Amino acid sequence: MTRLQAILLENGRIIDPVNRVDKKASLLIEKGKIKAIFTRRQKTSPLPKNLLSIDLQGKWIVPGLIDMHVHLREPGEEHKETIETGTRAAAAGGFTAVACMPNTNPVNDCQSVTRLILEKAENASARVYPVGAISKGLQGESLAEFGEMKKAGAVAVTDDGKPVADSQLMRRALEYSSNHNIMVISHSEDFSLSRNGAMNEGVVSTRMGLRGIPNLAEEVMVYRDLALAEYTGCPIHLAHISTQESIRLIRFAKQKGNPVTAETAPHYFSLTEEAVKDYDTNAKMNPPLRTQKDLEAVIKAISDGTIDVIATDHAPHSVLEKDIEFDQAANGIIGLETSVPLTLALFRKGYIDEARLVELLSANPAKILGVKGGSLSIGSDADIAVIDPEYRFVLHEKDIISKSKNSPFIGAQLQGRALLTICAGRITHNALSA
Amino acid sequence: MSSEYLFAHKHILGLDHLSVPDIEHILNTAESFKEISGRSIKKVPVLRGKTVVTVFFEPSTRTRLSFDIAAKRMSADTFSISASTSSTTKGETLADTAKNIEAMMPDIIIMRHPSSGASNYLANRISTSVINAGDGTHEHPSQGLLDLMTVKEHKGKIKGLKVAIIGDISHSRVAHSDIIGFSKMGANVFVSGPATLIPKKIAHLGATVCRTIEEAVKNADVIMPLRIQKERQNDPLIPSFREYASFFGINRQILQIAKPDAIVMHPGPINRGVELTPDVADSFQSVILGQVTNGVAIRMALMYLVIGGA
Ligand SMILES: [Zn+2]
Repeated sequence: MTRLQAILLENGRIIDPVNRVDKKASLLIEKGKIKAIFTRRQKTSPLPKNLLSIDLQGKWIVPGLIDMHVHLREPGEEHKETIETGTRAAAAGGFTAVACMPNTNPVNDCQSVTRLILEKAENASARVYPVGAISKGLQGESLAEFGEMKKAGAVAVTDDGKPVADSQLMRRALEYSSNHNIMVISHSEDFSLSRNGAMNEGVVSTRMGLRGIPNLAEEVMVYRDLALAEYTGCPIHLAHISTQESIRLIRFAKQKGNPVTAETAPHYFSLTEEAVKDYDTNAKMNPPLRTQKDLEAVIKAISDGTIDVIATDHAPHSVLEKDIEFDQAANGIIGLETSVPLTLALFRKGYIDEARLVELLSANPAKILGVKGGSLSIGSDADIAVIDPEYRFVLHEKDIISKSKNSPFIGAQLQGRALLTICAGRITHNALSA
Repeated sequence: MSSEYLFAHKHILGLDHLSVPDIEHILNTAESFKEISGRSIKKVPVLRGKTVVTVFFEPSTRTRLSFDIAAKRMSADTFSISASTSSTTKGETLADTAKNIEAMMPDIIIMRHPSSGASNYLANRISTSVINAGDGTHEHPSQGLLDLMTVKEHKGKIKGLKVAIIGDISHSRVAHSDIIGFSKMGANVFVSGPATLIPKKIAHLGATVCRTIEEAVKNADVIMPLRIQKERQNDPLIPSFREYASFFGINRQILQIAKPDAIVMHPGPINRGVELTPDVADSFQSVILGQVTNGVAIRMALMYLVIGGA
């Protein structure tokens, strides 16, 4: 974690769709800012002293990745993750910023909790953007103080982990968000259809004797949320979209011009319900892993722009919550350290190009949350990820930095990683020497 | 059985994992063990010096007793542990229970547990043989096998028979094992019951879904009403036991549309007057007590086979 006067990233490939740049060049960081980008022939003004110069040999230089859906577990569940360990995992995955969900203990439903999170994040390895609750205590009954939380540093509101079941409350949340210009993020789930479900409802759940969660549980609520956004005219962002029909509904809402954005997580385009076989609790999350048809629809939505963002829904759980009976085990998997290789798989298969990858992982989340980053504009904060798209490795549990190890990708052969992560000019992750 | 056949299962977790030759071999082994139960001295020394532990996380008298008798008839030492899984009582985890039992070095663990997959969990973590005595709504393999044995005994075959399973398919591990087992062995399995209790994808396990009980029972060789659990009364799944009995209960009239020599089975215990009228339960067509006898033979065979009996 060295703070240097200046860093020169030499001979990289700059991919910055916001500025419509894709070229071989070098990038100079000075005093925490992006000072210059120049090609071999455009020799810039004299280089500063105390310069750390790194030859990237053609590796990608992209805006620091931003994960807009992360559970950092602090305060309250520090045995699973802390702001410190979670942001170190983020940096290792190429992320320079994460938005953390409010379902902590206490719930982030007021300015004092928002401030506490930001204080703890002062020396973290990535920027931390707290997301406040929609309802007080996530109880789904009355609105939390959006204005004060925003003033304290919250970038969005959500009851994530739970749906806002009461449609009138969700309508009021959307309306009230317009006063404070704060994004409402919906965890779209009709709980009456999903209650006690342990996995996707279908052939596999029937065979395994597990209570199912039908696609419908998501789609019914996605429809409601889209209808509310249309009716109120207020923007909404839909979290962790997993089904074909949800995507059709979102596509239609966007065609109508409604202010809607959506995210999915890498596991929804990498795995199907088959991964649950033999009752692997590391394949248990909510929404659950779906079928091949849904997976293909998610990939298509990523490539055609229906889905705007890939966010991990990083949900650390310890063995206490995971090494138990499947129906009793907690929902969720970690994702910060596997997002880059899993997303690169879509690139290698030709579903997305390099620029689209950067939009999904950086530019779009920055735009939706209204936060810094997402581009490599001269003069902006130096939030940068260097990606090696070729590097092959097997994910070993011992190499996971997150405090929890609940990943279904342990043992998997992966390709691509963050080689170097720089947040505000500070190196937060460096795999170059390794 | 061909001479190259080898029973290669260390655990019995469900009928889903057993092949047709495996099932045939288990049924044949059980038939030869059944004779022992008819002797005046009902004991053979095949499991002498072996330890069998039964761990039941759910109350059960019948299945537990059946396994216990089976183990004793083969001269095993048996121990039983009753455990609680109430999530409110902070008890030891299943992983700890498993390690503790294993430290006692038993040869076979027989477990019943309210969570689907609990036996798989145990089998993946310990070196002892595990026999699943019912896990959640997943499987109850020894019951499925004893049902196959009973049908084979009465009908001389399984292939080509029409088997009607009636009632709460969703919550019945017996139904799951039976559907898988009977369809694997070539029978035609039909299920019927309130649609709220029939899983949407049950056809993938090999069952044909019938809207009415009459369709399912018509010309059936085997009729198996399932126990309707008392809790279902308070669920939104069925309006009342009375309505259930009048539309899905097995009575004399329904029995008349089955084959004249159809047999009636039940995994027990019976709610008389709900899923089955008393006259049917006690009729000559009922083989319910025969199932209980065969249960001991099947469980003897399973214990014998998992520890390496030929
Ligand atoms: Zn969520």
